[in-house]
Amino acid sequence: MLRDKAPVWITFIVGAFMVSKFFLNVPQVTKVAGELEQWCLIIVGISIVLGVVNILRVNLKVVANRGRDWGYKLALIVSMLGMTAVGIVELIVRKSIAGESVFQYLYRNVYTPLSATMFSLLAFFIASAAFRAFRARNFRAAVLLVAGAIVMIGRVPLGATIHPILPKLADWIMAYPNAAGQRGMVIGAALGVVATGLRVIFGIERPYLRGN
Amino acid sequence: MKTSGRARLTKAADALWHSRPRLCWDPSLGAQGRSRGRLCDKFTLRRHRRGRLCRSLILFGVLSVFSLSRTPSACAGEARAQAENEATPAAAAVETKASFFKTENKSVLVAIGVFACVFFGFLVQSKRGKSFYLRKIAGIAAIEEAVGRATEMGRPVVYVPGINEIEDIQTLASMAVLGHVSRMVADYDSSIIVPTRSPIVLSVCEETVKQSFAAAGRPDAYRPDNIRYLSGEQFAYTAGVDGIIMRERPAANIYLGGFFAESLILAETGFSSGAIQVAGTASIPQLPFFITACDYTLIAEEFYAASAYLSRDPKVISAIKTSDCLKVGILAALIVGLVLASFPRINPLWLAVFQGWF
Repeated sequence: MLRDKAPVWITFIVGAFMVSKFFLNVPQVTKVAGELEQWCLIIVGISIVLGVVNILRVNLKVVANRGRDWGYKLALIVSMLGMTAVGIVELIVRKSIAGESVFQYLYRNVYTPLSATMFSLLAFFIASAAFRAFRARNFRAAVLLVAGAIVMIGRVPLGATIHPILPKLADWIMAYPNAAGQRGMVIGAALGVVATGLRVIFGIERPYLRGN
Repeated sequence: MKTSGRARLTKAADALWHSRPRLCWDPSLGAQGRSRGRLCDKFTLRRHRRGRLCRSLILFGVLSVFSLSRTPSACAGEARAQAENEATPAAAAVETKASFFKTENKSVLVAIGVFACVFFGFLVQSKRGKSFYLRKIAGIAAIEEAVGRATEMGRPVVYVPGINEIEDIQTLASMAVLGHVSRMVADYDSSIIVPTRSPIVLSVCEETVKQSFAAAGRPDAYRPDNIRYLSGEQFAYTAGVDGIIMRERPAANIYLGGFFAESLILAETGFSSGAIQVAGTASIPQLPFFITACDYTLIAEEFYAASAYLSRDPKVISAIKTSDCLKVGILAALIVGLVLASFPRINPLWLAVFQGWF
């Protein structure tokens, strides 16, 4: 019973304390809250070990059994352990991995281009999503199509060349109807955040606790 | 035989108790649910609802007015005092000290207080047996349909809990829904894959799915290898999830949580694999991408209400009804602000007070 009750009480006490920090101007409260936030960062940093263990456990099994796509999993394990080894060696030799180091070289020249490649897929996916979305099946879809076309054309220099009204119309659509709709959603989302936060703090909903 | 004084008092108390005004939802009235008492003879249930709404609005307005510490006359007095202080030089150095309470956040405290009061009011009503109406949301009903489809096709369900850490509210809301989804998967004898970006979220997901399978009576069907940590980097995680989708060919993809630029990449990849997709997030800029590429989308507050829909827990539903009530209050405040700002003939000090309060 203590195993179920203790986390709920800890959540309530710490949650209420952190909420009170937002309203109180007491140096002791601010100091303790800052310490708790530092503890949270330390725990998150240590928890990376759990992730590494999970990666090794899941992928080593497939590599050992020569399961499906075991080559990709072997590449994953080799690259993970390789970067870890490079970082540890540099920490021992140079006492730091910052600045000009092999670790930073590998990160900047291997991972960053790969990440940029994934990010650049967005350009093609936006085109395919827009091709599917901008179809005048009904009145609302037609309004979306017209508004989207005006904003897209008005945001590029071509729009001003076609007609000077297009950039102004695009700005008006973004500043008034779009902003109004977004604010409505933000208000609803904010109320949902408050409701969910209070449910978690008061222990009514315990998603962090063993599937409850 | 003369009745004693005590017996007369008891009889009077009984008569008073049985003649008390009864509300329509008083559970002590029996299985019919509708009272034949005096109050419900005069009012219909619809008028009850209007009455409750009016009372909540009046309570909100009274609390706001009483909480306002600055009336127009006080504002004028403060302005005069400030002008006088600026005109005369300071006589001596004054030692200042920060106040105990951050007055700039008082409006948030009042809002939280009102929220808590209304929430506990609904909670008390739900404990008395009152059921609340929630409108149907297609995306939440589609989750069970998606799991059923995955079972029929013999393919797994991929559940992406977002890329934020466990302390993010969206991730917590996603964990609550994951419990229900994994319970459905266990009941339908299907499989679920949960790729995570955070090791702590990984631990919570493992426990959640494991307990859900155990609660469904299928602990043997739980596969720990299906709950995977991919990477802490955003696009490395996205590439990993895309790889899972392209290789495993899931029948259903569920994206519930906080997302950023990777939302469209995930959704488009899932679309190209032919899976039914249900998404839900409170990250407003990502909603258009999910709406375009997914079959069903839970927009902001619907995502937070998903766990209430799936669990039908009265306590959780009370929080949803509280949010709805506060939305009415915010709408009233918006109208008041609109009127004050649009009609300059109204005392401008009231507008200044209103703006200062919010």
